[in-house]
Amino acid sequence: MTQPQQASNHIEVEIDAALRAKALEALLVEKGLISTDVIDAVVRQYEQDIGPLNGAKVVARAWKDPAYKARLLEDGTAALAEMGYLGRQGADMVVLENTPPVHNVVVCTLCSCYPWPVLGLPPNWYKSFAYRSRVVREPRAVLKEFGLDLPDSVEVRVWDSNSEVRYMVLPEQPSGTEQLSEAELVPLITRDAMIGVAKIETPKNGNGGA
Amino acid sequence: MNGVHDMGGMHGFGPIPIEENEPVFHHEWEGRVYAMPTPVPIPGGFRYALERLDPALYLASSYYERWLQVKIQVMIEAGSFTQVEFDEYLAYYRQNPQAAPPRREDPEAVQRALATIKSPKTKRTEEDIKPAFRLGDAVRTRNMHPTDHTRLPRYARGKRAQIVNYYGVQLFDDATSAGRPDEAQPLYSVRFEGQELWGESAEPNSAVYLDMWESYLEAV
Repeated sequence: MTQPQQASNHIEVEIDAALRAKALEALLVEKGLISTDVIDAVVRQYEQDIGPLNGAKVVARAWKDPAYKARLLEDGTAALAEMGYLGRQGADMVVLENTPPVHNVVVCTLCSCYPWPVLGLPPNWYKSFAYRSRVVREPRAVLKEFGLDLPDSVEVRVWDSNSEVRYMVLPEQPSGTEQLSEAELVPLITRDAMIGVAKIETPKNGNGGA
Repeated sequence: MNGVHDMGGMHGFGPIPIEENEPVFHHEWEGRVYAMPTPVPIPGGFRYALERLDPALYLASSYYERWLQVKIQVMIEAGSFTQVEFDEYLAYYRQNPQAAPPRREDPEAVQRALATIKSPKTKRTEEDIKPAFRLGDAVRTRNMHPTDHTRLPRYARGKRAQIVNYYGVQLFDDATSAGRPDEAQPLYSVRFEGQELWGESAEPNSAVYLDMWESYLEAV
């Protein structure tokens, strides 16, 4: 039977990686090359502080403030700097507007480049061989796996992030949310919509407020 | 290099592995690996080191397993420790699975690390290089196959495209990996029609946008 064999091999590999990571950390600390608190602090940054809430605030502001939206689309780097959202893997930002006739989606076929300062670290599917290989060739089929079925009349643009320019999608504002405040809009805006594999639906319960 | 990492257009990888509400790191060791500094020069850069992993290992490893493998390799290659030393530490933690690594604190290093995360290091340079192409120009990507690091994927070589944006003069990743870290070139955003890349199997009404340094392009 191959199935149980594969499962136990995989678990062995995982345990092995945990051991090897521990051995590496121990060796580097004992040689005085690194400090433990740097690792702790960086992990904490990306587990707690830097994530898609940043991007959601940008999108909500762009939806409510046409002048900010115009600046965001004209010069993403400068407009994100206004809100303090530049940083590592997001020094040079371009924001792509999704509109009824045009749908943008982002990938990095060569590795996993992703706009960290506004979305945090990427989910596993973004870094998967399946996404990296397929979305440039069959974006519509891939988007369908995310539950997004676009008619052929909508142009699909796939942005392969092969330089240090980082891309973020400005999703369309769903109908029926025009009266919501920025703060009320933020929870509607998902990481998946800001990388282009989802649209944001109109909230079901009336005005979506608490 | 024409490695297995250059995956755009490949077949056979199956459905997208979508997981709801996944954690940032699926195991504690992944976070440690992500955040672990490697305070040595990495010849050619980290991405090139990933690309040079044995192809079978690359395909069989998870994302952070690849990072871990590269980090161990570059430290050994830089002489920070030997394979023998690493194997001794591995044996110790295998025999003592409850043992934790030693701790070392360096608050100033923490501040520097946090500052690095917050400070964007642009690859744009102030060099006065006149771009050869203008918006709207028709171009073709070169049929080039360098053995070292390149950011021109195989699926987009020798293809016709159109210049749609200009990103200024930026440091050229390929040259950085070939030992010329200060080389910069005009960088463009170019658009490829789906059919140009994939022929008859292209989906309708779709296009791919890639960033192109000037030496990737020729005029048509």
